[in-house]
Amino acid sequence: MDTAPGADLAARLTQTAAAARVPASMTALDPMRPRPFRIERWQRDLSDTFTIDLAPLEGSPLTFRPGQFNMLYIHGAGEVPISISGDPERPERLIHTTRAVGQVTNAMKALRVGDVIGVRGPFGTPWPVEAADGHDVVIVAGGIGLAPLRPLIHAVLARRGRLGNVVLLYGARTPEDILYRKQVSAWRGRFDMTVHVTVDRATGRWSGPVGMVTKLIARGGFDARDTAAYVCGPEIMMRHVAQALLDRGVAAERLFLSMERNMKCAIGFCGHCQWGPDFVCKDGPVFRYDRVATRLAQSEV
Amino acid sequence: MTGEAHQHSGMTNGAAPGLVCLTDDGLAALFAVLREAGCEVIGPTVRDGAIVLAPLTSVDDLPRGWRDRQDAGHYRLAPGTGPARFAHAVPAQGWKRFVHPPEARLWTARRDSDGDLSIEGPEAPPAPRAFLGVRPCDLAALGVLDGVFADPGAAHHDPAYALRRRDALVIAVSCGKPAASCFCAAMGTGPAAGDTGADVALTELVEGDRAVYLARAGSPAGAALLEAVPHTPATDDHHTARRAQADAAAAAQVRALPEAASRILADATEHAHWADVAARCLACGSCTLSCPTCFCATVEDSTSLDGATATRTRRWSSCFTEVFSYIHGGAVREERGARYRQWITHKLSSWHAQFGTSGCVGCGRCITWCPVGIDITAEVAALAADRPIRNRRAPARLRPQHTGPRRRKDDPPA
Ligand SMILES: Cc1cc2nc3c(=O)[nH]c(=O)nc-3n(C[C@H](O)[C@H](O)[C@H](O)COP(=O)(O)OP(=O)(O)OC[C@H]3O[C@@H](n4cnc5c(N)ncnc54)[C@H](O)[C@@H]3O)c2cc1C
Ligand code: SF4
Ligand code: SF4
Ligand code: FES
Repeated sequence: MDTAPGADLAARLTQTAAAARVPASMTALDPMRPRPFRIERWQRDLSDTFTIDLAPLEGSPLTFRPGQFNMLYIHGAGEVPISISGDPERPERLIHTTRAVGQVTNAMKALRVGDVIGVRGPFGTPWPVEAADGHDVVIVAGGIGLAPLRPLIHAVLARRGRLGNVVLLYGARTPEDILYRKQVSAWRGRFDMTVHVTVDRATGRWSGPVGMVTKLIARGGFDARDTAAYVCGPEIMMRHVAQALLDRGVAAERLFLSMERNMKCAIGFCGHCQWGPDFVCKDGPVFRYDRVATRLAQSEV
Repeated sequence: MTGEAHQHSGMTNGAAPGLVCLTDDGLAALFAVLREAGCEVIGPTVRDGAIVLAPLTSVDDLPRGWRDRQDAGHYRLAPGTGPARFAHAVPAQGWKRFVHPPEARLWTARRDSDGDLSIEGPEAPPAPRAFLGVRPCDLAALGVLDGVFADPGAAHHDPAYALRRRDALVIAVSCGKPAASCFCAAMGTGPAAGDTGADVALTELVEGDRAVYLARAGSPAGAALLEAVPHTPATDDHHTARRAQADAAAAAQVRALPEAASRILADATEHAHWADVAARCLACGSCTLSCPTCFCATVEDSTSLDGATATRTRRWSSCFTEVFSYIHGGAVREERGARYRQWITHKLSSWHAQFGTSGCVGCGRCITWCPVGIDITAEVAALAADRPIRNRRAPARLRPQHTGPRRRKDDPPA
């Protein structure tokens, strides 16, 4: 012990009560700091909707589960939560489909192949695919809500053998707003999957159903009492769809939906996404219906 | 109480377990030791007619003699002549600004001519600090913030917060003179500083025309600090006076929250009282700003003129603003009553589900600093008495969650 008493004291003064609870691992990673990813592909899907494929500038690709999302940072514009819409089995292609509605998403729309954006994630609870094992599957999408459901559809088809009937019900505003058009046709062409598409407003040569996606539920094709249902779309649409599914006999414990709230951090730090006792960013965005039914019916929670 | 037991069992590694007595000079010596060790000392001091927390240059900066009066929508400071340096209740602000700053740079992104992005940050943490004069409720508030930003069991941690907490030596001081706004006794966070969380817990006693400080170490750092300053063992009279102070301070509190507050709020989502609050609330956010546990923050981006450099800054925000809940298409909580409901429900109910504790430590600041005197304890009482429209239940009795001061194992029997 030949250290100076002053130095020894200074060292001992660092052994605070709080220090005992702050291991080095707690300060090693900064979850608010994005990783740079390059846009490998940019594709327009609809007049206001586009899909980008991303690859990390360095390091390994992000692995994710269906329903999870990333925070995408656009230089100088800001950061927004966007679901991952690619195939979870092919994580080397990090795919996001975005509808341009405001400041950040419009800035993202103006980007091109080669541009670099920041990515944090993946965050949030996944769609519980295993909950469907042994049951029929109903997937109900409204508008851009098809994007967060696409990884689930990939996962469902990957475990198709364990499932009963698989039904996709999709509502778009107009025929021109049908997302992933080619892929939807391909799914429709499969013998092991039923696909129904409806539009709010028919245009051109549309001869399919017109009206709310809830109407498609009446077409059946699944045994409601033995079905796992996954729903994503505007909140009001999810409320109606959930009610229609429950009315048919789908169990509240096998009904899942994905919520949207304002998000500034995605990790429970900023408080913005609170919905009752839950943080949508980490306790959601995917929730089991019976756990949130009460507040789903209450306004301004 | 398990926390206290744990604290004691952890006291074997060279820390002095007993209560010691420091004179006023001893407190000055403690200050000097901290400064010589390179610590910035932050504590209560008088500024612009209020006791605020700020860097101190000596113990003379402490608010010696000053008394505060705090009540709903009311704060007044009165000079005094007594020797006590801690005769006030809670300072105007809590300590959250020193661990979770009102504004902090998260990172800076640079885009080079190839369009590539490099990201650096955040700001380097400050030099080691000592928080002197942390009130028991505020000590509890630091623990509550730890649950948000630095919970070892959580998936993500805020490294900047964790470093600021790690490098701050906390010297708590028990409260002898609570304000009318205080209800720490009901929340079980005060008025006596427990051992958990603080590096040193002090009790200030006035003996004639001088103040003495009873001190107990709560960590190796606290033990080292006390060893380095002149002190004597506390006498039986000291122990008795310390307990009497705690009893009197608890008995002096006029406000309380019922034990059932969490359930009352959980059941009151649809309640006529929200419209009543909305008619008074200005949605100014004073409560969230002054609350030592409200942690909500937003992020803002600023870009250099040439567009090459973008800085992301985190800033405190409040659930009382409309943009707080904005998503494309409109705010989720447009009504003021819905925003007040969010605030009080989060504090008293959701927090239990999220972090296993109340989000309110009973400091009373939201009561004092509300410009129209909205009182969290009165609102809960009203909600309980009016009965929720849904889920009718018997009104909860208004009674403190913990009665009397907390006893320590090694306190001599009364
Ligand atoms: C989990 C999750 C997954 C999502 N997945 C997808 C997806 O796959 N595809 C998709 O298209 N969309 C998705 N969204 C929605 C998407 O995040 C929003 O459309 C997007 O955030 C809109 O951002 P914006 O800046 O373009 O829009 P704006 O409407 O301009 O702004 C929205 C954001 O800006 C902030 N803001 C606006 N005005 C102000 C103001 N005056 N002051 C301060 N802040 C303000 C809001 O707080 C909000 O955060 C998802 C949302 C969530 C929560
Ligand atoms: S809610 Fe009010 S009394 Fe409770 S900790 Fe916050 S400011 Fe203090
Ligand atoms: S009460 Fe409001 S500002 Fe305070 S932590 Fe909760 S949501 Fe955030
Ligand atoms: S997005 Fe910040 S807490 Fe959920």
